[in-house]
Amino acid sequence: MNRRKFLGLMGAAGVSATLGKKAEAAGNVSFDGYPGSKGVLFDATRCIGCRKCEVGCNEINGLPAPEKPFDDLTVLDTERRTENEAYTVVNKYETGKGSVFRKIQCMHCLEPACASACFVSAFRKQPSGAVSYDESVCVGCRYCMVACPFEVPTYSYNDPITPKVIKCHLCEPHIQSGKVEVPGCVGKCPKEALVYGERSELIRIARRRIEAHPERYVDHIYGEREMGGTSWLYLSGVPFGELGMREDLGTHSGPELTSGALSVVPMVPALWPLLLAGVYGMTKRQHKIADNEKADAVAEAIATTQAEADTKLKAAMQRAQSDKEATVKREVEKARQEAIREAEEAARAAAEGDDNADNGEKEEEGA
Amino acid sequence: MSTEAVSNKSVFTPFNVITGAIIAMGLILTVMRFYNGLGTVTNLDNNNPWGIWIGFDLLVGVVLAAGGYTTSSAVLLFGMKKHRAAVRPALLTAFLGYFFVVVALTYDLGRPWRLPYPFVVQSGTTSMLFEVGLCVALYLTVLFLEFSPAALEWLGFKRLRNWIHKGTIALTVFGVVLSTLHQSSLGALYLIAPSKLHPLWYSTYLPTFFFISSIAAGLSMVMFEGWISHKAFHDHMSEEYLGQHDDLYYGFAKGASWVLLGYFFAKVIGIAVDDEWHLLATGWGQWFLIELLGFVLMPCLLYAIGAREKNLKLIRWTALLTVAGIILNRLNVSLIAFNYHLPADQRYFPSWQEFGITIFVCTLIVVTFRFIVTRMPIFHDHPDYKDHH
Repeated sequence: MNRRKFLGLMGAAGVSATLGKKAEAAGNVSFDGYPGSKGVLFDATRCIGCRKCEVGCNEINGLPAPEKPFDDLTVLDTERRTENEAYTVVNKYETGKGSVFRKIQCMHCLEPACASACFVSAFRKQPSGAVSYDESVCVGCRYCMVACPFEVPTYSYNDPITPKVIKCHLCEPHIQSGKVEVPGCVGKCPKEALVYGERSELIRIARRRIEAHPERYVDHIYGEREMGGTSWLYLSGVPFGELGMREDLGTHSGPELTSGALSVVPMVPALWPLLLAGVYGMTKRQHKIADNEKADAVAEAIATTQAEADTKLKAAMQRAQSDKEATVKREVEKARQEAIREAEEAARAAAEGDDNADNGEKEEEGA
Repeated sequence: MSTEAVSNKSVFTPFNVITGAIIAMGLILTVMRFYNGLGTVTNLDNNNPWGIWIGFDLLVGVVLAAGGYTTSSAVLLFGMKKHRAAVRPALLTAFLGYFFVVVALTYDLGRPWRLPYPFVVQSGTTSMLFEVGLCVALYLTVLFLEFSPAALEWLGFKRLRNWIHKGTIALTVFGVVLSTLHQSSLGALYLIAPSKLHPLWYSTYLPTFFFISSIAAGLSMVMFEGWISHKAFHDHMSEEYLGQHDDLYYGFAKGASWVLLGYFFAKVIGIAVDDEWHLLATGWGQWFLIELLGFVLMPCLLYAIGAREKNLKLIRWTALLTVAGIILNRLNVSLIAFNYHLPADQRYFPSWQEFGITIFVCTLIVVTFRFIVTRMPIFHDHPDYKDHH
């Protein structure tokens, strides 16, 4: 992979992050759920903790029988969470208004954190309202479980070959195939604590109940706004915190939490190489200038030394020359003096005797 | 690699006996893991889907391999040219670090053979994990290329080696881009779980924190590894490497000191922005302050003193302190302060088998490192390529 291809890929990743259908918040588009999508309203003031919903879920999904039978209500004494063999569980909470029960299952968020977290898009929010899971692409990284604020998905840890994530699917496959018209849990509820229908209609029903009996309900529909909204909605007579539900989740959806960081991604490959190329160019130039300066300094030093040496040589030569000249002069002078002396001697000798005249002439020639 | 440890010297040296035992244990645990599934060897459960194989092997492994991009960019891009000899050891460590991160990841993934799925079957581009995966995959390739000249010199493939050598600067720039992205996005992984990570550690600046601290980690790891390597592989080191050694420490210590100071301020700003001062008075707050003061501010000061007084011993121990602090920070984010709201009996603690695999993988890194540096031109130049820089 070369740089250009990578940039293209990162660009594509950035673009698809903003345009992707599964995470509308990443593009700063508010997503209120698919129109007409279905959900379930759970009313904790009506639930009697009979666990019939658990039975319905177990039957329709063909799950194994639990350790203790469903009509054993002592199970409610310990708090439970969803398991591989139980897509939904009911817990009992002691509150200011006595024992209150809460049903737990996948909340089917409008913009699911699990879906935005999954790096193979195994989770999808379906137009029907259900958040579906596709086992055939799942790598088993379990980031969805980290991401889910409701702590719903479970994992088949003891399956070495085909482990998968497990959670409530809102009976989407059963409803699509026409096996049932409402989810298994809803169909079994004897107290109408569960209502299946269009989410927008469920919100209206919930509001009407709160208005009709303000003394019975807390004025809040849990799931209307939490984590960007969920398809499961909760009504309660006690604060939701007393039912073990997080009240600090905020209204941002899962994708919104990471959209900021994702939006920076394309900027890094766009800007870093330019900046680094600039830094590299500058340091390279600095090194080059330093090298040149060094080379210049060396050349200058050599030149200076050369010049000095030349001067010295010249002086020496001059000295040698003048020495030589002086010597010659001296020798000439010496020779001249010698000649004069000899001439004088010759003259003296000539004066003394004629036979000496020849000799004197010879000496003068030698000088 | 396992046979290498034994056949290398064909005698029962203490090193070989211990590594041999660890590798044997690792192989048995490997069979258990892949034959029986994750459940039998790990303490992972539905509330704690990520254990030390992610918290330590992946998060810590990646950040401690940051020496590759920090050293190569310091030397090749930012002009610390005279420390050229430090680049190869750093790149080798980074390459091995990332390679074994991927090896360790195959233990944790439910279906590791589907690892290429995000790129070839169906991409979840809204996922931070997608970004991490893409960057790590690309960066591993880059590190392989950056390291390959050493191997090619050893093998004698001159032309290919020279051809790859020409791309050094481009690869270095590319490495910085990819490192910036995945070092930060490892922190960004936790952005999606504000309700699970303790607010003192959760911040929208998590990606920035992870990136800045990775620089300090990279510089410190180079110093720490240099220290260890110096003891173990002194005979394989060139005059040049040894000659530049002390000077490199002073330069890197100074750099790490500044980066830690920046990181300290960034963390304080993180607390200020989310207005979490009151949380500092809680038990979690004290734990947070131990991390911030003892493992960020303290090494920041010690590095500064060490660099000014040219105190090699102080710098080395500070490098170790910084590395410990980075490990602590990553474990805090991924395991210790994660799921802080759960009751004590639902919290996660690793099984001995999980520790076993982690030790096994670390041992494989050491053995491979040893195999390579005793054969390839890592701490010295290959005689044929003395002036090729």
